[in-house]
Amino acid sequence: MRRGLKPYQHTANSSAAAVWDGVYSRVTSASLTHLQSLEAESIAILREVAASFERPVMMYSIGKDSSVLLHLARKAFFPSKIPFPLLHVNTTWKFREMIAFRDAMAEKHGFDLISHTNPEGLANGINPFDHGSSRFTDIMKTQALRQALDAGRYDAAIGGARRDEEKSRAKERIFSHRNASHAWDPKNQRPELWRVFNTRLNPGESMRVFPISNWTELDVWTYIYSEGIELPTLYYAKERPVVERSGTLIMVDDERFRLEPGEAPQQEMVRFRTLGDYPLTGAIRSSAATLPEIIMEMQASRTSEREGRLIDSDSVGSMEKKKQEGYF
Amino acid sequence: MSLPLATPDTDISLWLAQQTDKSLLRFLTCGSVDDGKSTLIGRLLYDSQLILDDQLASLKKESHNRTVGEEGIDFSLLVDGLTAEREQGITIDVAYRFFSTDQRKFIVADTPGHEQYTRNMATGASNADLALVLIDARKGVLTQTRRHSFILSLIGVKHVVLVVNKIDLMGYDEATFDRIVAEYRAFAAPLGFKTLAAIPVSALRGDNILAKSDRTPWFDGTPLVPYLETIEVAEDRTLGKLRFPVQWVNRPNLDFRGFSGTVASGIVAVGDEVLIASSRKPAVVKRIVTMDGDLQRAVAGQAVTLVLDREVDISRGDMLSHAGETPEFSNQFQARVVWMSEEPAFPGRSYLLKLGTQLVPATITDLKFRTNVNTLEQTAATKVDLNEVATVTIATDKPIAFDAYASNALTGGFILVDRITNATLGAGTIEFGLRRAQNLTYQSFDVNREVRAQMKGQSPKIVWFTGLSGSGKSSIANLLEKRLTADGRHAYILDGDNVRHGLNRDLGFTEAARVENIRRVAEVAKLMADAGLIVLVSFISPFENERRLAREIAGDIDFVEVYVDTPLEVCEARDPKGLYKRARAGEIKNFTGIDSPFEPPSTPDLVLHGGEEEPVELSDKLHGWLKF
Repeated sequence: MRRGLKPYQHTANSSAAAVWDGVYSRVTSASLTHLQSLEAESIAILREVAASFERPVMMYSIGKDSSVLLHLARKAFFPSKIPFPLLHVNTTWKFREMIAFRDAMAEKHGFDLISHTNPEGLANGINPFDHGSSRFTDIMKTQALRQALDAGRYDAAIGGARRDEEKSRAKERIFSHRNASHAWDPKNQRPELWRVFNTRLNPGESMRVFPISNWTELDVWTYIYSEGIELPTLYYAKERPVVERSGTLIMVDDERFRLEPGEAPQQEMVRFRTLGDYPLTGAIRSSAATLPEIIMEMQASRTSEREGRLIDSDSVGSMEKKKQEGYF
Repeated sequence: MSLPLATPDTDISLWLAQQTDKSLLRFLTCGSVDDGKSTLIGRLLYDSQLILDDQLASLKKESHNRTVGEEGIDFSLLVDGLTAEREQGITIDVAYRFFSTDQRKFIVADTPGHEQYTRNMATGASNADLALVLIDARKGVLTQTRRHSFILSLIGVKHVVLVVNKIDLMGYDEATFDRIVAEYRAFAAPLGFKTLAAIPVSALRGDNILAKSDRTPWFDGTPLVPYLETIEVAEDRTLGKLRFPVQWVNRPNLDFRGFSGTVASGIVAVGDEVLIASSRKPAVVKRIVTMDGDLQRAVAGQAVTLVLDREVDISRGDMLSHAGETPEFSNQFQARVVWMSEEPAFPGRSYLLKLGTQLVPATITDLKFRTNVNTLEQTAATKVDLNEVATVTIATDKPIAFDAYASNALTGGFILVDRITNATLGAGTIEFGLRRAQNLTYQSFDVNREVRAQMKGQSPKIVWFTGLSGSGKSSIANLLEKRLTADGRHAYILDGDNVRHGLNRDLGFTEAARVENIRRVAEVAKLMADAGLIVLVSFISPFENERRLAREIAGDIDFVEVYVDTPLEVCEARDPKGLYKRARAGEIKNFTGIDSPFEPPSTPDLVLHGGEEEPVELSDKLHGWLKF
């Protein structure tokens, strides 16, 4: 049980009137708090997707942004179940805990889960050790995503990207149009005014939808805190077996990890700021073992979130290139 | 597997409480490329200590060969996101940036002052409560300052901060600042801004951004960031009339039927009687459902699900309000539109209109005037080009619920979408509904279309021939008319010759004139069919949009689109009127097939191949296919 201040949290056992009192005192003084506004905006976007598209799907990457998205989707359609499936692109190199967490969530919240792995990539044994991060990412993530979207004939794919993550994302629309080959044309984006979204598509085209576009990393964390959203424990510090390679701490999550001659995993107190393929995800040394501690540590830290993802550091504009090729 | 939550120490809890309880301010910045807009936003991020170590390192690397401030950084690099823009050194789209202080979270829309300014500014302004209007202290109030301010007033931004930038380059001169501010205040007086503050700053050097600068001791106002932190901009939308647009019908099982949506304005409470805009039927709110438990009331901005006390017909697009405070419900209104597409807007053309959750076909029925965004002068026009602003009347295919934009932006702002490409072509703000449409009810005669048709022993219809000049449309139509007359039926041909020389002789061959040409022909065809005739319309009608318009004008009259598909080479070889020769020689401009496109119908009712069969065979085929 949490003690101390609980910012505007509604709990199941509190009476409706008490909940109302909390909300009302704020809205009459000014308006909703920024987290309440963001939540309502995201819920409206999710409902717009369900109402406007024939075959929507929600990307589920098991990380904190996905967890927020899942929570928002449950709220948006309550008491109905989420009216579209969740899609996980499984490279087969995710942390083991992520897969267990994913299956537990699907069981608990009763959503349809689709897991897709690129069959050719799997047959050819594509892995981050032999094929390099960019080739591995292209085959097992970008191409796999396209395969899954084509196979499901999905006309809208909901993702958890935020505009504050990276410069090229700052200009991304909330409803982002993709042509029949899933490519993004940054010069030909539809203007988005007010909350009126143009959801119209021609045959073969699709939409990527980003309901938490206007959230920052801090918003995500404070929302997780105030709503009590479950996350994989990889986010908080624990002794884990890691090796250090060119300044990056990599966790040895299973026996497929290739140790260099003379290299041996060390037990260190580490945690992860983002989750992905374990050989490509850098851990940070940390003692933050609780949510408030993580948030405090994040506030004090001086590096941006995506630094732990190795794909972004290739060149200026690398994310933009990846998006034009169909990366989420 | 959930995160263990610590026994929070009070400091962390208080800090988190503060984070969750912050208010939100959305603002946009406008100014031209040289006014230092991107530099100002970069400065705000830098001064809010939001630039992290790795970003700072890559920034310093990228700042090489560029104009930099005292910190050795080109701040504009922080906000210019796309590669193409970095290469050209200009901002060409709207970018969203985030920063926060202890008081507030800010979402900044950075809109360009260069290309496509109107389109992008209108987009950025549509979700902003406040605008920073940048002025270069060396240049003062410019045409573009006026343009930006007009667009702000058009979109209804009520709070403006005049940021007089580069004051350092004017030696921090008080008189310069005062002169600029006085000029701007005089100009902006009629634009209806609720608040207008002016601040002298240097974005490059950081003067009057976070704190008062020693270099402007004469300035007695509030510096920029403290001003943004404290200004009260939130219109209390809870005080407005209740507007609840139904977004999604929530039906998990037979026992539950709820209506999900976001309260656009006002307050809805359990026990309230609400009225459904489309049917005017009442119902009482039984529950307000959320996953966190039922609420007694929901206020503007909250996303909830309403359960009503009775079975009523409600679907997505309906709007709920309190009785006596209903929105307008009409199929005609006057609006101002900002055009955002290379393809101009023409009266008579059909678009899709989306307002809130309502989506309907709509037509611009009258273009009253165009407003020059630089001079505010109003001029007559026949079309609206990219980045232009015009005042128009719009008719929708069925009535929609709306309010004047000035009273409610969420129920008075709409977009127009192309019916073929699905591109967003323009945005509009409703000025007022036209009640004419509601009062004008067609007199119902005892003699109606059915009666007239029965007298003639036929079912009236419009057969619309489309195809290139020389494709054989008129030949087929003539043969069909003869055949029908021989059958004892009443038919009539409308073609270019009998319409262009009379009814439409005032029309030329520009795109706007062609649209009007088709509209008139379609209206005449409708009247003739209503009189009981079989109308054969033989027009090149090269554009899908116009053919669609003709079909819509026909309404419930049977409409058959016949595509006479004859290859261009065949038509050109026939050249019955010598027109292709003249077009090739450059004597005729805008000739379909030569220097003007023909859009083949995507879903014609019948295709006749004029290159493969003779007109006699084709008209027989058509006669056999049509049912009279």
